[in-house]
Amino acid sequence: MADAHADLVHTEYTSTGLRSTKLAMWLFLASECLLFGGLITAYVLYRGQSTTGPYPQDVFDIGYTSVSSFVLLASSLTMVLAHNAALARDYARMRLWLLATAMLGLCFVGGQVFEFTSFFREGLTLHTNLFGSTFFVLTGFHGVHVTVGILMLLILVAFSFRGSLSDDPAFPVEMVGLYWHFVDIVWIVIFTVVYLIPAPPPHGAV
Amino acid sequence: MATVTVTPQRGILRRPMATTGFWSWFTTVDHKKIGILYGISSFLFFVIGGCEALLIRSQLAKPSNTLLNADQYNQIFTMHGLTMIFLFVMPMSAAFFNYLIPLMIGARDVAFPRLNALSFWVFLLGALFLNSSWFMGGAPDGGWFAYAPNSTTDPGNGMTFYALGLLITGIASTVGAINLAITVINMRAPGMSLFRMPVFVWMGLVVQFLLAFSLPIITVALFQMLFDRRWDTAFFDPTRGGEPLLWQHMFWLFGHPEVYILILPAFGIFSEILPVFARKPLFGYQFVVFSGIAIGFIGFGVWVHHMYAAGLGPVANTAFGISTAIIAVPTGVKIFNWMGTLYGGDLHLEPPMLFAIGGIAMFVIGGLSGVTHSIVPSDYQQTDTYYVVAHFHYVLFGGAIFAFFGAMYYWWPKVFGRMLPNRWGKVQFWILLIGFNLTFAPMHILGLGGMIRREYTYPAALGLTVWNQIASIGAFTIALSVLLFIILVVRTQLKPAGLENEDPWDARTLEWTTACPPAVYNFDEIPTVHALDDFWHRKYAEDETGRLVRVPAGGSGEDHPGGGHAIHLPSPSFWPIVVSLGFPLLGYGVLYSWWLVAAGALVIVIGLTGWALEPSVAE
Repeated sequence: MADAHADLVHTEYTSTGLRSTKLAMWLFLASECLLFGGLITAYVLYRGQSTTGPYPQDVFDIGYTSVSSFVLLASSLTMVLAHNAALARDYARMRLWLLATAMLGLCFVGGQVFEFTSFFREGLTLHTNLFGSTFFVLTGFHGVHVTVGILMLLILVAFSFRGSLSDDPAFPVEMVGLYWHFVDIVWIVIFTVVYLIPAPPPHGAV
Repeated sequence: MATVTVTPQRGILRRPMATTGFWSWFTTVDHKKIGILYGISSFLFFVIGGCEALLIRSQLAKPSNTLLNADQYNQIFTMHGLTMIFLFVMPMSAAFFNYLIPLMIGARDVAFPRLNALSFWVFLLGALFLNSSWFMGGAPDGGWFAYAPNSTTDPGNGMTFYALGLLITGIASTVGAINLAITVINMRAPGMSLFRMPVFVWMGLVVQFLLAFSLPIITVALFQMLFDRRWDTAFFDPTRGGEPLLWQHMFWLFGHPEVYILILPAFGIFSEILPVFARKPLFGYQFVVFSGIAIGFIGFGVWVHHMYAAGLGPVANTAFGISTAIIAVPTGVKIFNWMGTLYGGDLHLEPPMLFAIGGIAMFVIGGLSGVTHSIVPSDYQQTDTYYVVAHFHYVLFGGAIFAFFGAMYYWWPKVFGRMLPNRWGKVQFWILLIGFNLTFAPMHILGLGGMIRREYTYPAALGLTVWNQIASIGAFTIALSVLLFIILVVRTQLKPAGLENEDPWDARTLEWTTACPPAVYNFDEIPTVHALDDFWHRKYAEDETGRLVRVPAGGSGEDHPGGGHAIHLPSPSFWPIVVSLGFPLLGYGVLYSWWLVAAGALVIVIGLTGWALEPSVAE
């Protein structure tokens, strides 16, 4: 999606009056909804179906993950502030907020790496049980999305120093922002479904 | 030529500027060239998939045959299906969409020309990646729908190649789908309202949305399968509580919309060809459009009819039996509209028209056997037999491939400025029609007689020999027809380009207002559209009695005096092909080494960064 310049040629006239890049980003995110929808469905379907432990309640530390979730959600605020600064053509402030967003994202991903490691120490791996398979693949996919977002934010900052953000820097910032907010919203769903809704008792223990 | 002045280049790779010559094909972002690239590559895979079909039919030509062993046979029928669906019909549709959509809606190119190039190269490299499995320990052998846990426990790398290959070509299709959908939504010429678009463009739009919303589902399933195979996850492993049925649900939730992804382009092609050669407007244009949209929606709600025998229970089977019967309605609406178009028309039976009528007739036969599948008890008898094989070849070969041949005869003068020979075209049609029916009609009888799908041989005592032999003769008749087509193409292309009449079919839609072949910039001036079938209305008006009269100043070829110097087009770029090289590296990396994964990821990230730094039009 590093195609922020793609519609330069066509800025004069489009059928809807909207820029094609923005429409394309929306359609891409709609398609992504089904990707995460599929992964979340698999997790929900297999809730409580694991035949051996560790089970969710054995490893989850809700307090810890709540803090890292808060960090990620806070990054949406800094993203909006970055876009506002870009609209006001205050590029120093825009860079600051973009970097802040990337840092918050990095904290989240770092927290996820730490969480994965501690789960791993407690004996939960990709192949231990269904919980391990579905949990790691779902949250791992989300983590990769956040990482891609961080990469795009850092590239935006680098480009803004080179002066290669086109005539309208607010536009690429807005596009990356759309992606970033989407990834945040997906996390709200994942956090709720995976961590907050209490897991049913282990398979066969009813 | 809409060239731009060359200035010293910044950036890592020097900007390629050539728009002609052999190497320009690797950097082109012109939708027409990319369409031709799609067309050539997918036709190549059509020939490869066809050779696989001939091997299948040779093996089945006599009972207890030993030409192929069971393992080879498994690989060949799996790759035949994958090749024909993912490497031929889908990219061939992309070829026509790419070439024609911008011309039909009055645009100079697609919305994202470089993304367009990226889709093509990722598709081609993904296809080559999938086929490289032949030389790296064996091709996929679990059937095109790869049911778990057979596919997840299958030894060797074949099914891992399947998952990775389809993931890579899926990326290509997703990028292409977003690009073409936004092109239709946002790049239409002034006055080209949605309901003035040709039906082909409409079907293209529906197909892109189907792709955008069904591919992510198979992507999830393929990742789960890949993780099961490669990192021993438990998604489809019943010994750890996993549910193999989940794969079937995910696969068919994608797989049924996929069926319409394959056939709706053909519906669009039929709807373009019939009015031109019946010299009448399409009967019930809005009905055809809306039934296409309806098919798009209902297509997501019928997937369980592929799984009646999986044991989901009478409620699920009944519900999906009803939804399946319902989806036949919009399809039937289209058939009746096409018949209405033909009724009372002044029919010109040129090759495109023959292929269109033949294709519709074959599709109807396949559709009728499809209705017999929608009835659950009847399907219990037919599932996994050759009756099903007959059914989907009648709809997909009869529908899609006949439509593609018709489309090639119809748009060949537009694309290459040369006519394919009319008389030989008719000969090719009749050979294909006869060969097709010889091959697939006997399969109905074989299936009802108990011949199981995918079995690599059969004993003589079953009494299946005669019909199998007829089918094998038919398969080679089809091959003869395709060979004849290739010869016709080569002979046509050896002749110098140039048409006496640049509107040879007296067509109705906007693409025929351009030169044959069109200039790089398509239109000297972006046209203003006033009606459905705008080009027709520029050529013809009605007198007081309602008879058509030619408008003197109208007609073809009036629109290109050879200007276009001030038009800035997107410049060629190396980045799409660079980025696409990362994907097979990722694929081989997952199979063999993390270093290759890292290399692939690096190529993609660097490629996309260079891409973002490069303005779409060179200064």
